[in-house]
This record gives sequence, structure tokens and C-alpha cells, in this order.
Amino acid sequence: MNTVYILWLRQLKRYLRSRSRIIGALGQPLLFIVAFGFGFGAIFARAGAGNYMNFLIPGIIGQSILFTAISSGIDLIWDRQFGFLKETLAAPVSRFAIFFGRTLGGATVATIQGIIVLALSFIVKFQPFSLTYTLIAILAMFLISLLFTALGTAMAAKMEDFHGFQLIMNFLVMPLFFLSGALFPLDSMPKALNIIAKFNPLTYGVDLLRGLLTNIWHFNMSLDLLILAGLTAFLLLLGSFLFSQIEV
Amino acid sequence: MENIIEVKNLTKKFADFVAVDNISFDVKKGEIFAFLGPNGAGKSTTIKMLTTMLHSTDGDIKINGFDTKINQDDVRRSFGIVFQDPSLDDELTAYENMELHSVLYNVDKKNRKNRIEDLLKLVELWEKRKDLVKTFSGGMKRRLEIARGLLHHPKIIFLDEPTLGLDPQTRNLMWEYLKKMNKEENITVFFSTHYMEEAAKIADRVAIIDHGKIITMGTVDELQQKTKTDSLEEAFLKLTGSAIREEQAGNLDQMRARSRIWRK
Repeated sequence: MNTVYILWLRQLKRYLRSRSRIIGALGQPLLFIVAFGFGFGAIFARAGAGNYMNFLIPGIIGQSILFTAISSGIDLIWDRQFGFLKETLAAPVSRFAIFFGRTLGGATVATIQGIIVLALSFIVKFQPFSLTYTLIAILAMFLISLLFTALGTAMAAKMEDFHGFQLIMNFLVMPLFFLSGALFPLDSMPKALNIIAKFNPLTYGVDLLRGLLTNIWHFNMSLDLLILAGLTAFLLLLGSFLFSQIEV
Repeated sequence: MENIIEVKNLTKKFADFVAVDNISFDVKKGEIFAFLGPNGAGKSTTIKMLTTMLHSTDGDIKINGFDTKINQDDVRRSFGIVFQDPSLDDELTAYENMELHSVLYNVDKKNRKNRIEDLLKLVELWEKRKDLVKTFSGGMKRRLEIARGLLHHPKIIFLDEPTLGLDPQTRNLMWEYLKKMNKEENITVFFSTHYMEEAAKIADRVAIIDHGKIITMGTVDELQQKTKTDSLEEAFLKLTGSAIREEQAGNLDQMRARSRIWRK
């Protein structure tokens, strides 16, 4: 278990030491908050759907978690050839321990990013409706982070180089973000897109965050938690299996 | 035991390409053994199989008496490895990299500090122990990897093309440390290279490998006698031909080029 701890710590140190990367990763969420929040705010309110900024912020938190988590999984591809991964693979430690350490670490980093976006959202007058639920929301952030870090690692375990990464970003991650209810309510989507959204893990993540922070629910807390927890468990198993099969 | 590495009929096939073709050899404890061959000969692939990073298609490998298919962790505890491409964590300090290794290899806490200090001093990096590895030159990184590889007092140290891209001073220093370890602690040194002078100067025995097969094996004198040449270089060229090899840049070469640009 020392292995898990030290690999978790390593991910954390790497993140905290790279101030430019932290700020850089906040750029996109902030851009969306400012551009969409202020851009669509009036239209949204006029349509009778309420405060768009409140609606949007949990979605953007979901976005930052998604992107951070997936990219820490993808880091694996580089690590495999040029980095630290080989050192861990040659060491007398279990692959599962290595996988868990990395994944927990990556998930922690994604959660911290989510918390930073939440903190920054106070500047645009975002107000969570309850402190207790906000704390639960942070736990939810960790769950979602875990899900997507495990997913990123599982995908990266099968990839040998970066070409696949471009495909993944454009045909998986972007659609996951845009069709998750992060930017606009699900009920206003055409049926086909709605169905796709129901298969998207981020949809439930965003719904959970939005519900816990602003008490706006599309589904409900139990369904969201059930699906997220189940998927996370599955992806952790799948990820650790694929990871254990890695050869250099 | 006499032989610390025993390889029998080792083969590795990738789809339709045979990278390692039924090779067999033994390395004696305390020996300095070199795998000499042109690019694409199968050296790295062999080392990867010896170090449990890659599964073989066929054949048996025994490291320190342990079978690589059965007792993987025992095998892993028996060796240290310096990879061809850097495997340090750039965003941690030299000391932190050493610490990480000591946790992964379960070096007991009492000895940890002393050993890390001794080894960092051996490779002359103690002054830089708190610096981030990304500030290190290629030579410094390689020296750190050697220190790290020796941290858990392995019986064998594997080095895959260890002096590639290093300046002569660093190369010299590197071999000095390794020879010292070999003499004082009886650590077996197994390295692959395509530099003939290096193999000739450093190794006790050399195996020449090409197209996945071991062409010949023996001490440098034996090889020169066998091929009736005056230097290992001539013997090598005689055995493997002087024509330039057609090589295709694979994924790995592309990634290496990319890393040189981004200096990641």
C-alpha cells in the first residue's frame, strides 16, 4: 500500500509544481463561463428557464473534471515510453497497486481543478444553495474524477502513440461534454440527442453536481449516484485489467 | 551459482516479424557481458524479455535462479535496469526519484537514507539532489538512473544502449562506476550496444547478435581469432556485413523525434 500512496503523492506533486499548467487548465472553463454565461444569460432568462449562470457553472465544473481526468489518463502514453511508467513496470510491485495509485492521484488532481473552478465561480456571483450539499458535491466531484481518470487510463493502456489521442479528443471527449446537459437542459434537446445523452456518464455527473449545488435536478440523486458508482467500479476493474496487460 | 542468467531457445515474434530467433546463452555471476549488434538486431527486445517487461513467444529465461514466467517479482528484485529512453520523473527532484525507487523496491527505511546518499555521491550528483530532474542534462539523467538502478543492491544491472548520446567524459565516468560496482560488489553487468570499442574495452564476453540470432559469442580475443581479424570492429563488420541497413521509422522513432523537439 506504500506503493499506492507514493504514486498518488507523485501525481499530486507533479500537479502542484506546475503552476502554468494549473492556470492553463483553468482557461477553458473560465472562457466558457464568461462567454456562455454572460452571452446566453439574457436569452435563457427570457425563455423562462431561470438563471443561466447558475445552470451553467456545475456543467463547467464537470467539463474541467472531464478534461483533466482524461488527460491524466492519456499521460500514460508518454510515460510508457519516456517516463516513469517503465520504472514501475520493472519493479516488484503489483500492477493493480500501480494502477490505483495513478488513478487516485489523477482523480485527486481533477477534483482540485473542479474545486478551483467552483471557487472562481463565486466571482460571477454563483451561490450554492447549501454548504452541506456543497461539501457532498465535492465528494461527487471525486467520484466523477475517478470515473473519467479510470476511463482515460483504460483507453491509454491500449494506445501505442498519440495519433489515437486526437481521435479520442474529437470524437469522444468533446461529444461527451457537449451532449451532457452541461451547457443546455436535456429536455430541450431533440429525441435522438437525448437518447445519446442518457448513455453519457457525464450527463449523470453534471446532473448530480447541478442538483447538489443548485437543487436543479433532471434525474434524481439516487439514479445519478447509482449509475456513476456502478460505472466507476466497472471502469476501475477494466482499467486495472488493461493496465496489467501493458507491455513496453 | 555459476550462471546468473540462463536463456534457452528464446524467441519473440511480432505478427509476421521475428525479432528474436531461438537464442540461447548464459551469463556467469560477476561477469560483464555485452550484447553487440546493429540497430534492429533484437537487443532491446531481448533485454525487455529478460527484465519481464515483455512476454516471450517461446523459450525459457532464468534470472538469479528464478524463472521469469513463474517468479516475476523475485526476478525483478534481482536486477536493476537503465533503459534506453529516460524513465525518471522529470518533475521530481533527484532525491525524490531515488526515494520513489526505494519504496517500490521495499528498501528498508533504516538503510534508505544512507544508500541514497552513497549512490548519489558515487555518481557525483549529491550536490544536485534537490534539483528537479528536468533541469538535468542527458548525461546527468543517465548517471542518476544508474544510481537508482543500484539502489536496491541488485545482483544484476541491465543497461540498454547506455552511452547513446552521451559525451565522452560522462561515458567514461559511467563505466568507471559500473566497473567499480562489478569489482567490489560482484554485480553482474549486462549491456547492449552497437559501439564496438565500448564492448571491446569493457566487456568480459560479447555476444554478437543480428537479425534476431546470436551469430557468435566469446571473449574479444576469441572473437578476433575466430574471424582472423585484428579488432572487434573488423570482426563485427565481417560477421554482420558493412552494407547500410534499411530501417523504417516506427512509432518509437517518431516519438523520440517529438521528444527532442519538445524536450519533455
